[in-house]
Amino acid sequence: MKLSRILATAARVLNQVRHDHRTLALLLLVPALLVGLVAWIFTDTPVFARIGPAMIALFPFIVMFLVTSIATLRERRSGTLERLLSLPMGKADFILGYALAFGLLAIVQTGIAVGFAVWVAGLEVSGNVGLLFMVAIADALLGTALGLLASAFAHSEFQVVQFMPALVFPQILLGGIFLPREQLPAVLEAIGDVLPLSHAIDALTAVANGDTDAGYIWVRIGFIAAWIFGAIIIGSLTLRRRTP
Amino acid sequence: MDDSSAAVAIAGLQVKRGKALVLPHLDLQVPRGEVVGLLGPSGCGKSTLMRSIVGTQIISAGEITVLGEPAGSVGLRHRVGYMTQEASIYDDITVKTNLSYFAKILGASPSQVPDIIERTDLGSVADSMARDLSGGQRSRLSLGIALLRNPELLVLDEPTVGLDPVLRVSLWELFTDLAAGGVTLLVSSHVMDEATRCGRLILMREGRIIASDTPADLLERTGTSTAENAFLALIQGTDEAKLPPAGKHRATGATA
Repeated sequence: MKLSRILATAARVLNQVRHDHRTLALLLLVPALLVGLVAWIFTDTPVFARIGPAMIALFPFIVMFLVTSIATLRERRSGTLERLLSLPMGKADFILGYALAFGLLAIVQTGIAVGFAVWVAGLEVSGNVGLLFMVAIADALLGTALGLLASAFAHSEFQVVQFMPALVFPQILLGGIFLPREQLPAVLEAIGDVLPLSHAIDALTAVANGDTDAGYIWVRIGFIAAWIFGAIIIGSLTLRRRTP
Repeated sequence: MDDSSAAVAIAGLQVKRGKALVLPHLDLQVPRGEVVGLLGPSGCGKSTLMRSIVGTQIISAGEITVLGEPAGSVGLRHRVGYMTQEASIYDDITVKTNLSYFAKILGASPSQVPDIIERTDLGSVADSMARDLSGGQRSRLSLGIALLRNPELLVLDEPTVGLDPVLRVSLWELFTDLAAGGVTLLVSSHVMDEATRCGRLILMREGRIIASDTPADLLERTGTSTAENAFLALIQGTDEAKLPPAGKHRATGATA
């Protein structure tokens, strides 16, 4: 593992995104606009105050999952990954380079989404806005890590897109947005309690309500971090220098 | 020639893909400092052999020693330059950025980038996005990346496909220059008339090496005048007179 290679890879990935104006616009603006849409739908009801924080958790996660899984799939299919792995490139250099690049994009994306939610859509955040950012960034990195993992099991762009409903939708359904988790059937509640997105939703809701201490939030962030770490480790095992 | 003096020494290499034996049992010695042509029809196992030498191919048996180390060793990763058949480049960044990125990964000096742009004749498109390049320019960029940090062994899979004759000649001159400087080049092609430019020829068919010789010796041994006919003579064991006229493989624009 070498810092110069991680930084070079992150810079290259950001350079690729920078040249793709449409992707950049979609990446940065769509989450904010969707949060705004949800706020508009629930005008004059207390619903947005309840699910608004969850929306902020959802969109960076989904967008980063898709972007990362397709970007790494392209590396696998274009031969550039094979070329890199035949060079003095560590697997960790590759993955951390991607995580760094998309982590930075996630910060900007989340900044826009949170700003839009708070100042345009009128979401009330009673707690620490800094913590809100921390959770949202952890959440976007989680999307990046799971996207890296998903790309290893997909052989085509068609398949990788299908991984989204498979890996992401259950987390949304069981995360407590539709029905609080404690009201779910016991088995589903137990599953929901170990899924990382649930903890992101809990943490963001807690920050918005401002009714818990920072320790509660940090435990949730730690839980998400453990998932990120696990997904990155497994994802790096799927990068093979030798292939059939 | 013993293993330590050869650039590549292969003993009993076997590669399976699914149930198919792509390379049933292959032995090969590639001497240092020469341009070695790997010729054969598409699908004969040239690319698989090259990937095995670079160390990106899962092999089921055999030993491959490259520059004195087992193929794929960490120590070889900056000593072997590899150019795949499909250009392995990033389409959505410029030519120059592609080279700079790979230079950083290799730990090559940034000053090598303009030098390589010149040697691969990409000066006019240096600031173009790689996706806007023609097929020949793409493969030259891919070749340029393989030249970074002056590798001792260059494994080039069909580097001249789709190039116009003038460029092909200039690339072969570049290869000859590199070999004169001590670099070993293993260059595959399915264009048989490129054979005459190599110091040594390896003819492959259906996963087996049917000849490994200098071009002159090969022609003399088979009593033929072109590599294409030598190839046919080796397969059919007949003399040149009975052979159909060559020509199909000569189209320079043909792809594998």
